[in-house]
Amino acid sequence: MKTMVYIKDVVTLELNQDKCNGCGMCVKVCPHGVFNIEMGKAQIVKQDYCMECGACALNCPQVAITVLSGLGCGCATGIIENYFAGNRKDCGCSSC
Amino acid sequence: MKQKKNSLITGTVFTQINEVPQVATKLNRKDYWGAVKVRWLIGRDHYLVAPGLYATGKPDESSDVFVTANYKLSFDHLRKNLDGINAWILVLDTKGVNVWCAAGKGTFGTSELVHRIRVTRLGMIVNHRKIIVPQLGAVGIAAHLVKSLTTVCAKPIPGTLKQSQTNANAHVSGEIVEPGFRVIFGPVRAKDIKAFIQNRYQTTTEMRTVTFNFSDRIKLLTVDIVYARYKLFAAFAIMFLLSAIDSQGINLYQAINNGLTAMILITLAYFTGILITPVFLPYIPVRMFAFKGLISGFFLSGILFLTGDLGIGYFGIAAWFLLLPAISSFMTMNFTGASTFTSLSGVKKEMKIFVPIQIFMVSIGLILYVINNLT
Repeated sequence: MKTMVYIKDVVTLELNQDKCNGCGMCVKVCPHGVFNIEMGKAQIVKQDYCMECGACALNCPQVAITVLSGLGCGCATGIIENYFAGNRKDCGCSSC
Repeated sequence: MKQKKNSLITGTVFTQINEVPQVATKLNRKDYWGAVKVRWLIGRDHYLVAPGLYATGKPDESSDVFVTANYKLSFDHLRKNLDGINAWILVLDTKGVNVWCAAGKGTFGTSELVHRIRVTRLGMIVNHRKIIVPQLGAVGIAAHLVKSLTTVCAKPIPGTLKQSQTNANAHVSGEIVEPGFRVIFGPVRAKDIKAFIQNRYQTTTEMRTVTFNFSDRIKLLTVDIVYARYKLFAAFAIMFLLSAIDSQGINLYQAINNGLTAMILITLAYFTGILITPVFLPYIPVRMFAFKGLISGFFLSGILFLTGDLGIGYFGIAAWFLLLPAISSFMTMNFTGASTFTSLSGVKKEMKIFVPIQIFMVSIGLILYVINNLT
């Protein structure tokens, strides 16, 4: 079964190739195969598959990746709860 | 609590410095029943295990260390898949939340892992410096920081160093006494652990990729349904109140009669949004969740119109054609949190478009509903 893709061209993921040393950590931690190593540098190959979880940015020793990840998942319930309850470091649902 | 422990703990493993509880690698009926219950949010807030170190089989100082969250469902998944393997399980304190979500919140994080390695004195129990973290934990755990923060350097002055400063420059000054723990990100799903070990601790693309197939979606439905039930009850209350209004004032007979019809219709729209749409998620050819829910909501309205269940008043029919899709759209929009591929930016974008549409549809729908009762 093919992977589902969400809305296109909205993801905030950015990679600074000048800083990249090609360690491949981003490839290892990405749950959607967004990165690939080509010619000793990381490349974003499937930008629209990115779910902005933030694993790559956190695990990049070179700080070459930036992404606005929030709480690691895109959740409408969380956005609504935060809107009413102020900015808690919690999405408000007890199930996740 | 004591009873629970007894079914879980099968023995004790003696290490050089302490005793570690050995846990069963076969789940019993109680574990399975517990899993069914938490899927319905029953006893969800107390479904956890104590953080710390556990053993499966008879591990020794060279055995692998697997890290997990203290949500019992996560812990059970791991120990079930370590059947026949001698290993250590390091349970982090995530307040009973699963690995991925806890990593997003930061509780399954670098500082908790470093802290847990320290308080369990893991460095004295194993002679290697390798620790296997589930890949989704990478959202909260920075492998390179764990390595430098667990490095032991010569003569630290007690009480003067904070955790974050401990050994940040140890490798620069060359005073490393003990190297730090190297985090290896293991497979996303615990069932791939044996294949992962056979593959020399390398994950394949399949092991790294998160899916969201039919069974994944089904498992998550119940939680969403139970979690959102109060919204449904609130909608019932509103509809009963509005149904009471007629041209003469308050009509109790109408309140009950129309209110019950409204209750059934709303429940149908609610389940269309929260159950039917997620099941058919990949087959509705638009990307935005709220849009998917809107489409299926219109389908539902159409079917109910054809069967005559929307009544005969024009205003009433129009009202339901606005209300039902709006409800369905809202419920599906909230399924974004359960899905495994939605980005925060994407959800914000679709909410910017569809929340105003939903509010507009509900407002006009309710006005039309009242007008229908008045005429």
